[in-house]
Amino acid sequence: MSVQSERPSPPASDKLALEVRGVTKRFGALVVLRGIDLSLRQGEVLGLVGDNGAGKSTLVKILSGFHQQDGGDVLVGGERVNFHSVGAARAHGIETVYQDLALIPQLPVYLNLFLGHEVTKLGPLRFLDKGSMRKLARQYLDEINVHVPSIDAEAEQLSGGQRQAVAVARSVRAATKILLLDEPLAAMGARESRLIIDLVKDLAKSGRVSIIVIDHNYAHLFELCDRINVMQGGRITIDQQVHETSLEKLTELMISSYRSQLEDVSSAGA
Amino acid sequence: MRLFLYQRELTPILITVALFSYFTIRAGSTFTDSLSLSSAAGYAGPIGAIAVGEVLLLVLAEIDLSAGQVFLFAPWVEYWMHNLGVPIALSILIALVVVCGVGAINGLITVRLNVPSFVTTLAMNFVLFGLVLIYSDMTQGTPIPLSASNGSPNFSSQLMGSWLWSEIIWVATIAIFGTVLLRRTRFGVRIIATGGNLLGAAEAGVPTRRVKVWAFVLCSFLSGLVGIVDAVKYGSLDPGNFGVDYILYAVGACVIGGTALTGGRGTVIGAFIGAILIGILEDGLTLIGVSTNDFYVWVGVVIIFAMALNAQFDKLIARSRGA
Repeated sequence: MSVQSERPSPPASDKLALEVRGVTKRFGALVVLRGIDLSLRQGEVLGLVGDNGAGKSTLVKILSGFHQQDGGDVLVGGERVNFHSVGAARAHGIETVYQDLALIPQLPVYLNLFLGHEVTKLGPLRFLDKGSMRKLARQYLDEINVHVPSIDAEAEQLSGGQRQAVAVARSVRAATKILLLDEPLAAMGARESRLIIDLVKDLAKSGRVSIIVIDHNYAHLFELCDRINVMQGGRITIDQQVHETSLEKLTELMISSYRSQLEDVSSAGA
Repeated sequence: MRLFLYQRELTPILITVALFSYFTIRAGSTFTDSLSLSSAAGYAGPIGAIAVGEVLLLVLAEIDLSAGQVFLFAPWVEYWMHNLGVPIALSILIALVVVCGVGAINGLITVRLNVPSFVTTLAMNFVLFGLVLIYSDMTQGTPIPLSASNGSPNFSSQLMGSWLWSEIIWVATIAIFGTVLLRRTRFGVRIIATGGNLLGAAEAGVPTRRVKVWAFVLCSFLSGLVGIVDAVKYGSLDPGNFGVDYILYAVGACVIGGTALTGGRGTVIGAFIGAILIGILEDGLTLIGVSTNDFYVWVGVVIIFAMALNAQFDKLIARSRGA
């Protein structure tokens, strides 16, 4: 199978939206990130692949402020940042869609869509402006072709795909600089995957947001991304422009990189 | 039928109306005269006030077992302050600040030290009970008139009201406030989000710990406020009173009202109606000559009955959605 990029030339500019320099992270004795160097250009879609346990999700959680790195620097728009909370990352325009769905089963779709960004009226009690949120939610979901039974339906009543679509829609709507997608297509049907892919592609085309997406499906990644980085053992080992590579070439590179790692290990052991 | 699907409060309303009708038929005007009804409201008041705050915590999948003791503790603080020569209005204010502090301690221990709130507040319940016993310097069961050394005994009764219906009006107002808070404000959405999906809410940027701490503070504040109203109305305090009784009724009222203990769901109005239901049950059973011992059996039966009815409605809802 040969998968070629649909996008002949990357729209990304040379300006860096995000730069990661030598970031390390360990959990107790377990070293998860061994010095990550990564750059994300303005308007670029970067795919992140690697085996389970390679550290992809940990890296995303550091960028979204959920975890803090032990060493190294993160730069957003050229400015050094240190996120101590999810809120701090969001204040820099970084939004994340997590593997586990961050929807609240008991809240209606429109409140889920605005969770963390509620529209409120003036006053100390922060009364919800339900009318505005309903209207905006309906408009927005129509605009991006996300169909739910009703915006007043509780998230519990939605199908898995609809829930994921709402979760992605929330982050896409709120992201102003960087969108992080951690396996957004996990456990989704073909039709629903298509919906999310189109959603992200539209966002990428607009050029206003730079995107990092983790996924295991290479066909999706080749369609969606400008560039692919491969993570192996807590490091980024391969960095390839999608329009300069193919699935065969990437696989070859991954195998040879894996082999050289094995040789390193065995020579170190000898 | 559609109404049932969306209004969980309907179960307790139905049971309350049924009980009301039953007691009216059995006891006639003895039950429906204002003295009898106000005594039902007297039972319901403390339970309702505590239940309103408790619903917010139950929706967060937390619980405050000390709220009943806070209800009794607040008027004690007011009494001590006033005995020290502090003006009565300031004493009330200090008492309210102190109970907010108790709530904050409950909340902070729960979220910062990761102690389950069941344990935190159980401990707080004993601490407060002990403090009252120590500082009241009284053996259990000796009532103290609140206005004993009070220079202006009418001030607090003017402020809080000491007439027949004053307490239940306070509680009804609090219940309306609680409903608006839970259904119409950002804080309410954050309570439901935190209780419904803790990790998801945190990932979406909801400050889940802060939300919890404030809910504990609010629950303490509301219980303390009505505790003072209650003490002013009855004009006496009893150091031997143990708050756990109130809490068990209050949680019962929440459950009768349709609040799940699993978090994410609950209704303040339902809990208020649940408290009224318990009040009517206590008053009505007394009037038709059933002993207080039987009352406990009936409360138990009603809790189970209401819960079973709610579960049936949930099944109906699921079926109607599946169709």
